[in-house]
Amino acid sequence: MSENTYKVPTMAELQAKGEQPEVLFWVGCAGAFDDRYKQVTVAFVKILNKVGVNFAVLGTEENCTGDPARRAGNEFLFQMQAMSNIQTLDMYGIKKIVTACPHCFNTLKNEYPELGGNYEVIHHSTFLQQLIDEGRLKVEGGAFKGKKVTFHDSCYLGRANGVYEAPREVIKALDADLVEMKRCRTKGLCCGAGGAQMFKEPEEGKKDINIERIEEALETEAKVVAVGCPFCMVMMTDGIKNKEKEGEVMVYDLSELILKSM
Amino acid sequence: MSYLPQILFLACLAAAGFFIYRRVNLIKRTILIGKDTGPMGQKGERLKTMLLVAFGQGKMFSKPLVGLMHFIIYAGFLIINIEVLEIILDGILGEHRLFAPLLGSTLYSALINFFEFLAVGVLVVCVVFLARRNVLNLSRFKRWEMKKWPTLDANLILVFEIILMAAFLTMNATDSILQTRDVPHYPPVGAFVFSQFLIPLFDGMGTEALVALERGAWWFHILGILAFAIYVTYSKHLHIALAFPNTYFSNLKPKGHMENMPTITNEVKIALGLMNPNDAPPADTNMTFGAKDINDLTWKQLMDAYSCTECGRCTAQCPASQTGKHLSPRAIMMETRDRLEDVGKELQKGKSVEEALNNGKTLFGDFITKEEIMACTTCNACVEACPVNISPLSIILDVRRFITMEQADTPSSWNAMFGNLENNMAPWKFSPSDRFNWADKLKD
Ligand code: SF4
Ligand code: SF4
Repeated sequence: MSENTYKVPTMAELQAKGEQPEVLFWVGCAGAFDDRYKQVTVAFVKILNKVGVNFAVLGTEENCTGDPARRAGNEFLFQMQAMSNIQTLDMYGIKKIVTACPHCFNTLKNEYPELGGNYEVIHHSTFLQQLIDEGRLKVEGGAFKGKKVTFHDSCYLGRANGVYEAPREVIKALDADLVEMKRCRTKGLCCGAGGAQMFKEPEEGKKDINIERIEEALETEAKVVAVGCPFCMVMMTDGIKNKEKEGEVMVYDLSELILKSM
Repeated sequence: MSYLPQILFLACLAAAGFFIYRRVNLIKRTILIGKDTGPMGQKGERLKTMLLVAFGQGKMFSKPLVGLMHFIIYAGFLIINIEVLEIILDGILGEHRLFAPLLGSTLYSALINFFEFLAVGVLVVCVVFLARRNVLNLSRFKRWEMKKWPTLDANLILVFEIILMAAFLTMNATDSILQTRDVPHYPPVGAFVFSQFLIPLFDGMGTEALVALERGAWWFHILGILAFAIYVTYSKHLHIALAFPNTYFSNLKPKGHMENMPTITNEVKIALGLMNPNDAPPADTNMTFGAKDINDLTWKQLMDAYSCTECGRCTAQCPASQTGKHLSPRAIMMETRDRLEDVGKELQKGKSVEEALNNGKTLFGDFITKEEIMACTTCNACVEACPVNISPLSIILDVRRFITMEQADTPSSWNAMFGNLENNMAPWKFSPSDRFNWADKLKD
C-alpha cells in the first residue's frame, strides 16, 4: 500500500454521498496541530485504513472540546466550545466517536451529555484492543517482540475513567515485555500537564512532575515508554531530553507501536 | 446515700449528652450553610459503596498491614460499645454486670473475654500507631499542614484509647479478685482471659482498697468514654461517625466528570441563538461563579471537610505535593474545616448565618491560597486515595472557577490560551483553516 492510497474522508464528504461512517475519529487540537502528535494521528489513520474501518473525521469543522478552558475554571468558554461541537456532531447524526486524546475522551463522554450531546465515546486504546480481539487487527511477533515496554497511565484515561487494561492488552498483543513502573494503574503518577497545566508554567517547587515521572520510567529499564495522550507525550519526551536519553529510550503512542508491528 | 452514685452517673451522662447534642447541632448548622446538591438517587449503589468503603474499610486495605491494624481499632470500637451499654445500664440502675445473669455465666464470660481480646488488640495497635507517628519518620505525618494541633490531636486520641483500655482491663482484674473474696455486688463470673494476668499486681491489696480501685477504674473508664465522645466532635476523629454518611453520598460519576454549571448553559444557549432569552429562567444576579466561601460550596463538600481524618493518603499521592509545590489536598480539607469552625464560632455567639459569614474572612484568601489552587493538575490521585471518598479536587476546581470567572486573576499564559480558544477554537495560536493540514500528505 503506497502512502497516497490512504483515505481520510470528512463527514461533509460522506454526507454529500448520503453515507454514515462506523465511527467518527475525533482528532483533537494536539492531534491536528502539535507536530509530534500529528504523527500519532497519521499512524492511527493508517491503521484504520489497513484494517478497513469505515471512519470519518470532521476536518476543519472540529473545535477544541473545551477541556482546558473548563479545567482552568473558564466555564463560559468551555460551554461555548462544547455547544458548537454538539451542534456539528448532531447535525451529522454522529453516534460513535473514537479519539486518541484522553481529555477529549473524558469531556465528550462525561461532560457533553449534560449539555445535550449523547454519543458512545471510546479511547483509541479500547478501540485498538477491540480490533485485536475481533481478529481484525493482527500484530503478533512484531517489531517490539520481547522488548521491554512500560506504560504510563494517563490520569484522564485511568483514574478518571477506569481504563487501565486496554492499553496494556494492546502492548501485550505486540509480544512485548510489559514492565510496570512503581506507581501504576490507580496509583499512576500524573505527567504534570493535566488541569490546563500544559498551558502555564508550574508553580514553584522542588522539581518538575515530569522529571519525577520519567525517572520512574527509566528505573524500569524499558526502552520504550508507551503513552496514550498528547500531553503525556510532550511531558515524557521533555523528561527524556532532560535526562539526555534521546535515541536510547523512545516515547511512542500505542497506535505507533501497532503500526510499526503491522 | 446508696443512690448517690446513680444520681451522679445520670448527671454525668446528661451533661455529656447535652454537650454532644449542642456540638453536633452546630456542626450540622455549619454543614447546611452549603448549597443543595440536587437529587442524588441511586440508593442501592450508595448503600453498596457505604458498606464497602466505610463499614468494610475497603480502601484501607490498599496498605494491608496498616489496614489490618486500623480494622482492629475499628472493630474494637464498634463491638466494645455493647459493653459500654452494659456499663451505662449498670450505672443508671445501680447494678453490676447486669448482663451476667441474663446471658448465663458461660456465655457472659465468653463475651467479656472477647471484649478483652479486642481491648488488648486496640491497646497494642495504638502503641504501634503512636510509635509510627512519633518515632518513624513518615513524611505524610510531618508536612507543613500538620501544625501543632493536628499532630497533638492525633496523639491525644491514641493515648486516650490506651488509657481507656487499660482502665477496662484493671476494672476486670480487680473485679475477678473481688469475686473470689465473696464481696457482695460482685457476682461470680470467673477470671477473664487477659485481665487475669494483671491479678498478681493487685492480689496483695485489701478488699476495701480493691473495691475502691475497681470503682475508680469503672468510673474512669466510663467517664473517659463520655469525655472521649465529646472530644471526638472537636477532632479529626469525627470520621468515626461521618465516614458512613460521607461514603453513602460519595460521587458515583466517573472521576473525570466536572460538575456542570446550568446557569451558564442558559447564557451560552442565548448567545448561540439556541434559546430565546424570554424562555430562560431569570438569572440570579447575586450568584457567585465558583467558590469564594463555604456558602458557595455544597453541603457535601462541607461534610467532606468534617469527615477528613487528616491521614494524608491524598497528599502522599499528589504529584504537586510530591514535587514540593505548595499544595496538599489534605490541607485543602483542613482549611475548609477551619473556616467552618470559624463561622461556627460566630453562630454560637447567636449571629445569623449571613452575619457569621461576614466576619471579615473568606475561605479563599484567608484559608486557601491561590498558589495551592493553581498547582493542581486535576489528576484525581487524591480522590482515588481517600479512604472515606472525599474529593479535595472538587473544592479546588470550584475555587479555581472563582479565581478565573469572578476575579479574572489567571496567569497570562492561560489568558493567551483563552484568547486562542475564543478566536481559533484551539488552545494554541493556529488558524482554524489549518486544522486539517495534517492529512495533506495522506490524501490523494
Ligand atoms: S487532583 Fe490536584 S490535589 Fe488532587 S492529587 Fe492531583 S494534583 Fe494533587
Ligand atoms: S482527604 Fe481523605 S485521604 Fe486526604 S487526609 Fe482527609 S481523609 Fe485522608
